[in-house]
Amino acid sequence: MDTFQIEHLSVTYSDGTESLRDINLAVQANQVTVLFGPAGGGKSTLLRSLNRLNDLDLGVKVSGRVIFHDQDVLAATTDVIALRRKVGIVFARPTPLPLTIYQNISYGLELTGEKRKQQLDQAVEAALRQADLWEEVSDRLNDPANSLSGGQQQRLCIARVLALQPEVILLDEPTSALDPISTAKIESSLKQLKQDYTIILAPHNTQQAARAADFAAFFLQGELIEYGPGKEIFTHPKDKRTLEYIEGRYG
Amino acid sequence: MPSSRLNWSEFIINRLIQLAGFSSILFVLLILYFLLSEGLPALGMVPLSTLLSTRWYPIEGYFGILPLLLGSIVVTLGATLVAVPLGVCTAVYISEVAPQWAKEVLKPLVEILAGLPSVVLGFLGILILSPMLRNFLSLPTGLTALAGSLLLGAIAIPTIVSIAEDSLNTVPRSYREASLALGATRWQTIWGVTVPAARSGILTAIMLGIGRALGETIAVMMVTGNAPVMPAGLNALFLPVRTMTATIASEMGEVASGSAHYHVLFFIGIVLFIFSLIVNVTASTVGYRRTRRQERLLS
Repeated sequence: MDTFQIEHLSVTYSDGTESLRDINLAVQANQVTVLFGPAGGGKSTLLRSLNRLNDLDLGVKVSGRVIFHDQDVLAATTDVIALRRKVGIVFARPTPLPLTIYQNISYGLELTGEKRKQQLDQAVEAALRQADLWEEVSDRLNDPANSLSGGQQQRLCIARVLALQPEVILLDEPTSALDPISTAKIESSLKQLKQDYTIILAPHNTQQAARAADFAAFFLQGELIEYGPGKEIFTHPKDKRTLEYIEGRYG
Repeated sequence: MPSSRLNWSEFIINRLIQLAGFSSILFVLLILYFLLSEGLPALGMVPLSTLLSTRWYPIEGYFGILPLLLGSIVVTLGATLVAVPLGVCTAVYISEVAPQWAKEVLKPLVEILAGLPSVVLGFLGILILSPMLRNFLSLPTGLTALAGSLLLGAIAIPTIVSIAEDSLNTVPRSYREASLALGATRWQTIWGVTVPAARSGILTAIMLGIGRALGETIAVMMVTGNAPVMPAGLNALFLPVRTMTATIASEMGEVASGSAHYHVLFFIGIVLFIFSLIVNVTASTVGYRRTRRQERLLS
């Protein structure tokens, strides 16, 4: 089943640089779809288009369609708030809000109008368990989130997204600022999470792409070069440019 | 030898910069010494019970500074009530809501407003504000504590806006993006994340604004009516008052050097000094906590 149906998506920035050119891509539900390729390929731009976060960037021009639940995400009538609750994002650097650990998780829920303490408590615990962080922070939920280590902060950001019970989780180089142990923890929780969520991951290196991918899409300078099951892309890519990138000849 | 000459010039430059630094401390200490040496004798010449009484009429030996003290407090509090909500909201508007072109116009305008000489504002106060208040509220005179509060509020607003806006600007973009990505509206993000993150900077801005209002002399002198009566109750706002600064400014020129009156005026200076010291220390401690937290964030 397709979650996102991306059709002829192009994104142009105000200075005239084209970040994405005519992208066509169907994202499968309950799979890890990996967007990989050298920097400047448009992976972040694509992720930020899926939950309309690039509305915040001034002067971005978007054309094409992104179909999600039979609706065009890019349409002006889309309820952006509801969309962002269904399509959560985790950024490259951990971005805890300047609140406590507990408040970081409950923040999104409280915005939906949930005020019952018991419900919030349960949701916070469930989200932290899913992100494999509960054991480490359960005794200090009221500490400032900034006091956590980088890896813990990033898992907190994942938990924060999970608390909203989204359908899709976008991860933009989520482990680029982390050590190998934290990275392994996050990768293993991703494997768990794909049972319940659709995951779109832009990893920061090819090895992680190969490890995590059910499906993989190779991006080069704003173009989608090749898309298919991860096993095929990373062993027998059809396009020469993909092969050369995987072999490390450039990028 | 070139290297030793380099060391010499290095040494001299270091010393010069050190001297410049120490001289400003020295000046502050000299001012403090002068203030204390001229002001403290007042305690020996005038009994404390007189100083703390409610009547200020120096010609007949009544040196009660309470009406002046309360005058300053009433006017400053009034100014705070005017300036804080307006100033903070303006800062939020400029930093978070205004489109780019409006930001580029508004910020410099606010800074020009901050540099406006207060005597000019005092002029506007006398010619426009106080007649308006008199007619509108049908008061015997428009030169009241209220006029002083409004005018001082207007003087403090640019200070508050400018500093609060700076601190809102230093809130990392990632906070806003993270909040919006969790399905917050722009207003929820401003109220729930951006303003709390800039809280200590905004508090510093407020304290500095209050400090500006407390120390202001000439504009207040022009519009508050200058009657050293004891402000009592809420309707004190609609009566003339006199602040500590205005008292010093208007009486210092005619006082006999060395007289009790002279020393009491300096004593008022000490009180004023303590007031602004409290405000400034409060401002810098919240500011200090803010830098500490930012350092932790960056590390």
